Amino acid sequence: MDLILSAIDILMRWDVALALLAGSVGGVLIGAIPGVGPAVAIAILLPATFSMDPIVGLTVLLGIYGSSMYGGSIPAILINTPGTAVNALTTYDGYPMTARGEPRRALSLAYSSSFFGGIFSVICLILFAPVLAKIAPMFGSREIFLAALLGLILVVVAHRGHALVAGALACFGIFLQTIGLEPVKYTQRYTFGQDFLGGGINLIVVVLGLFAISQAFVLLTDEDEKVRMTRLRGGMFQGLRELARHPRVAGVSATFGVLMGMIPGVGEFTAQFMSYTYAQKTSKRPQDFGNGSSEGLIAAETANNAVPAAAMVPLLALGIPGEALTAMMLSVFYVHNVVPGPGLFQNDMDFVVALYLALLVLNVLVLVFLLFATKSLIQVVRIPNRFLGVCILTLSFVGVYSLRNSATDCVMAAAFGVLGYVLKRLSLPSVPIILGMVLGGIMEVKLRAGMARVKEPFDFIDRPVAFILFLLIIIVLAVHILRVLKDRKELKEAEWQTNRSSTSFGSLMLRRKNSFLKDHGRKVRARHSKLLRRLTDLF
Amino acid sequence: MPSERERRFAGPRRGQLVFALILLAAALLLLALIGEQTTWVKKTKLFAQPRFWPAVAIGGMVLMGGLHLYKLPWRRVSRYDLWEVKRWGQVFEFAGWFMGYVLLVPVIGYLPVTMAFVPLLCWRMGYRSGFMLWAGVAFAVIVVVLFKGFLSVKIPGALIYEYLPGALRSFFILYL
Repeated sequence: MDLILSAIDILMRWDVALALLAGSVGGVLIGAIPGVGPAVAIAILLPATFSMDPIVGLTVLLGIYGSSMYGGSIPAILINTPGTAVNALTTYDGYPMTARGEPRRALSLAYSSSFFGGIFSVICLILFAPVLAKIAPMFGSREIFLAALLGLILVVVAHRGHALVAGALACFGIFLQTIGLEPVKYTQRYTFGQDFLGGGINLIVVVLGLFAISQAFVLLTDEDEKVRMTRLRGGMFQGLRELARHPRVAGVSATFGVLMGMIPGVGEFTAQFMSYTYAQKTSKRPQDFGNGSSEGLIAAETANNAVPAAAMVPLLALGIPGEALTAMMLSVFYVHNVVPGPGLFQNDMDFVVALYLALLVLNVLVLVFLLFATKSLIQVVRIPNRFLGVCILTLSFVGVYSLRNSATDCVMAAAFGVLGYVLKRLSLPSVPIILGMVLGGIMEVKLRAGMARVKEPFDFIDRPVAFILFLLIIIVLAVHILRVLKDRKELKEAEWQTNRSSTSFGSLMLRRKNSFLKDHGRKVRARHSKLLRRLTDLF
Repeated sequence: MPSERERRFAGPRRGQLVFALILLAAALLLLALIGEQTTWVKKTKLFAQPRFWPAVAIGGMVLMGGLHLYKLPWRRVSRYDLWEVKRWGQVFEFAGWFMGYVLLVPVIGYLPVTMAFVPLLCWRMGYRSGFMLWAGVAFAVIVVVLFKGFLSVKIPGALIYEYLPGALRSFFILYL
């Protein structure tokens, strides 16, 4: 109780109240505009928060993180375009509800579910905080190294179908953080004799380039979309009543959100899909999922809003960010010489609880704001894409230039913007680069410190937590390898089936060594089989 | 007709091969420079060597970038890849706009340059209506007042502000 009272004392300041308000309203607005998203907003605002107190700066950023998903559900439900990436699943059931004339019900249900998810996770974590405070000191250098390595591996293997390139990009991130003057032996690494590389590449420059400037490029090179809005009539309170009729789906989805949020690299998407699948499998009307099911909407929105509070756990308890947004927040801690990790939980527990209470208040503020202001708020969806691109490019300048007033930083940010644009065009992930940079730095320091007292390799995992983390790494890698082998087997089977589809012409073609003829033969077989199917369909 | 391997590839085909080749080439180039750009310190353990982490990172890039290239279902650069590379080139124009903005701010000032930059880029993007251009100007003023005036972000005063009379000069340098 004393802890909560001292946490409330930290929050009872006018600047924290203002930060809460700005974060919540700003986050909703940012989430409601498709194409912006919390990553862009946080990247732009990061340098501005450096001059604030840590609690104020973090409250603004947490506010944007926590409330953007509320806002993101508005365009997902009304125009079938998710406001933030994690609202993609909301379109499955939200938009069909709008299509059949129930946009108000869908929005109200989405807000209520998001509110429940947010509050549930914060309460869970406040209750869980004393346990974390006991576990966190068990993490020494070796354990933090292994946890960071596990986080990085999870981020890489989470990109199914792109795990190899995600791994290469994570390594690229690790390489980026090694550039500059090495702090122990004072030697230069990959500076090419240039002074501007001596101090290393700033994380915020990379973040702004990969998230904000690249998004501006995407919007500037795209066409404006025509938006057809649905009119909203009536109140927005029915969702709370409807949510109360599905306590099981809401509870399980929020639990998935909390659990998945705590695991680095997993996050909202996995939580959403797990809770959505659970809701569908246990529903009495599974056929409604994807066609405007209220349970589907509850599952998706509850799970994604339970994640932000949980995602702060690895960051605060171990100093290890699990995804890009918390990685950006880590820099706010560093700027203020507040080192997140076991020490924070031991010495500044009231600060940690204050952050969670801020999230709690934030959820209430956002819900009240949305229940009364949705009708006016939906107008932001109409802002044209390319105009948004111009705005983001202008705002990116503030973010990069205000760091060190360096034009070189801006050149680097623009270069990373081009790289981010290319990655977006190719549907490749840019998050591994950021996490590689952040976790690579942590791993370098912690491995050096951890190996100082290790004589044999097995000494590294002789402590229980280190051994458990090592086992988890082995399990994750083994599961990934098994999945790759299974995919490969399925591919082989599918290829074999297509090869056997035309035997007579295929046996002829097999005798040919020329690859052009093989390709040509495949085309001819495809044409023949298509014609044959058409012919047989006639009878 | 695309093969089963091509059909199962997650993401668009265009540009993938070019990107994989560039990634691997860059990684190999960095690997070739590792002896020149990093130092091996005598009487120091492997894990504390300044070269250790760059080697791990670049080694990982070469290994995984190489495997990614090997696993791609395409072996030849098609015309779609070249069109995609051209598309990547288009963004250099906007990078140029951004750098022009960056270079002009310390000379002409944050407020005047932003007030010109936003409507000009709006014009370039095809907006011709007075409403959109004025919206751009309003956005520019809000951004400058919010970030430099209220949040006091560190953007230095412009060179031409030096020619303004006393009090106005200080006001412009501090807030605009």
